[in-house]
Amino acid sequence: MTGENKKIIAFCCAESAYRAADRAGRLRIRYPDNVRLIRVPCAGRVSVLHILKAFEKGAAGVLVMGCQEGACCHLTGNTRAKERVKKASALLKEIGIDGNRVRMVNLAPENHQQFVQEVSKLSEKLKELGPSPIRKGEVKK
Amino acid sequence: MIIAERKPFEEIKQMIAGYKKILVVGCGTCVTICWAGGEKEVGILSSQLRLASSKEGNELSVLEAVVERQCEKEMVEELRDKVQEVDAILSMGCGVGVQTLAEVFEEKPVFPALNTTFIGMPEAEGVWTERCGACGDCMLYWTGGICPVVRCAKGLLNGPCGGTRKGGKCEIDSEKDCAWVLIYRRLEKQGRLDLMRKYYEPKNYRAVKSPGKIEAVEA
Repeated sequence: MTGENKKIIAFCCAESAYRAADRAGRLRIRYPDNVRLIRVPCAGRVSVLHILKAFEKGAAGVLVMGCQEGACCHLTGNTRAKERVKKASALLKEIGIDGNRVRMVNLAPENHQQFVQEVSKLSEKLKELGPSPIRKGEVKK
Repeated sequence: MIIAERKPFEEIKQMIAGYKKILVVGCGTCVTICWAGGEKEVGILSSQLRLASSKEGNELSVLEAVVERQCEKEMVEELRDKVQEVDAILSMGCGVGVQTLAEVFEEKPVFPALNTTFIGMPEAEGVWTERCGACGDCMLYWTGGICPVVRCAKGLLNGPCGGTRKGGKCEIDSEKDCAWVLIYRRLEKQGRLDLMRKYYEPKNYRAVKSPGKIEAVEA
């Protein structure tokens, strides 16, 4: 799995996506095991640099998962995250890496099914795109 | 403040092609505020360079640094140890910052990662607009603090022209306000509309000789 650089980093908002992931876990619903969750206080905490760093460290794909539009308790965290994901995608494209490797997802805390679907969808997409062109440990400082 | 934009990645890549170790230097002043060359942008460009070199199998090593003001020799001087380690410097400062680095570290090639565009101010989040043309012969005292030299598309000193659109927009760009309509409204608020009747003689654009130099004594 990780040897083939297929790891997905999912930045999960503590108020929505992380709860949805937790719910999926408690209900024993299977989802791809190549995803690593990073709990963030709000999707708006995730910067473009966090996304690029994930790729530098060998991730094949990144998900930024926040609340549904209009439901962010910090008001604009999820809309800011959406803009940043768009920007990160453009920056990746600029260097010849498929911009579809990074995605923004909006979901409700009780929607564990959507969480599972989105993780599976990106995992499938990455199978199509192939492993990350960046090999972990090969990025020089 | 000075407003700048980042150059396309391809152009930056071509500039530094062939160098094995580079230092990306940001500036903590104007370009930090206009999101072009601050700490975050230095991190993003460095990350892009590392990812691209790893993808293409090049051996590029990227160091990062940000100085408080890249346009001051004393502040740039603190980079000396880092500069000695690298083959080239990539500046994320304005044109002055690039030249300061090049002057202090003459033995190293310095490349600009930004295009310096204008002197302006933030208008909304992520939006900056030009406000000063640094013409060296300021006439803002006659025009209610609105500069027709840069804000009028034609740079007219005696306006408005005949092409002002309905709603006070410019005939050249319907998105932009007609500077002379803004000036009229401002002077109206100040009760100085008589200034609209004043004739402004052709401006002395040679007030500041190029290259400009000012000598002053600290107060």
